[in-house]
Amino acid sequence: MKVTVKYFAVCHEELGREEEEMELPDGARLRDILDRLEEEWPEITEFYQVMQMSVNWDYATEDTELSEGDEVALIPPVTGG
Amino acid sequence: MFKITHEVIDTQRVISAVEVDNAGAIVHFLGTVRNNTGGRRTLYLEYEAYAPMAEKKMAEIGHEIREKWGLDRVAMIHRVGRVEIGEVSVAVAVASPHRSDGFEACKYAMDRLKQVVPIWKREIWEDGAEEWVKPDPVYFDTDRGVRRSDR
Repeated sequence: MKVTVKYFAVCHEELGREEEEMELPDGARLRDILDRLEEEWPEITEFYQVMQMSVNWDYATEDTELSEGDEVALIPPVTGG
Repeated sequence: MFKITHEVIDTQRVISAVEVDNAGAIVHFLGTVRNNTGGRRTLYLEYEAYAPMAEKKMAEIGHEIREKWGLDRVAMIHRVGRVEIGEVSVAVAVASPHRSDGFEACKYAMDRLKQVVPIWKREIWEDGAEEWVKPDPVYFDTDRGVRRSDR
């Protein structure tokens, strides 16, 4: 299945792209995306305590199961206001 | 009204959005861009948002305010892109029959915005350096991180 993954702020900067389509096996969970990203950006693990993820505009945990067409985002600590 | 905008915020429109006949008060908050952080001169700020999720989370804050105070006239708007010193980056308005609930709900709206709404601030300093602003620990809880169980 295909999902869209969006990168904001420091994630956007470190990965050098705003979003991408990712092909994942059926039954994949959010943590599979993190595994994929670690290969390219090992330092991402330093952000795990403070970074959140979302699926279809709601915060989600690493165990969240994904479906075809989901919109996933990496959410570094928010600083609006 | 719960919006992310690239435009200058029209504060009168934010107030108009909550006007209602049974209101005895409209509490209005404006967040503005300060010219320094800890004494270091700031030139301007750049805001980035995950706009559809940000608007959804702001609307959820509106629902929370309805549950807590029974107030259903709430508006929140946040600007993105380059925002100059003194300009408004965020505006909130809450209408309520009595002012004390309005003050509380307006503060709550801003506190929640700083916790859950996906918006990021980049600070551009006078010396040309720039960086993503670190989260204020008051609003940030490391327990919410997407921490992994296998490490």
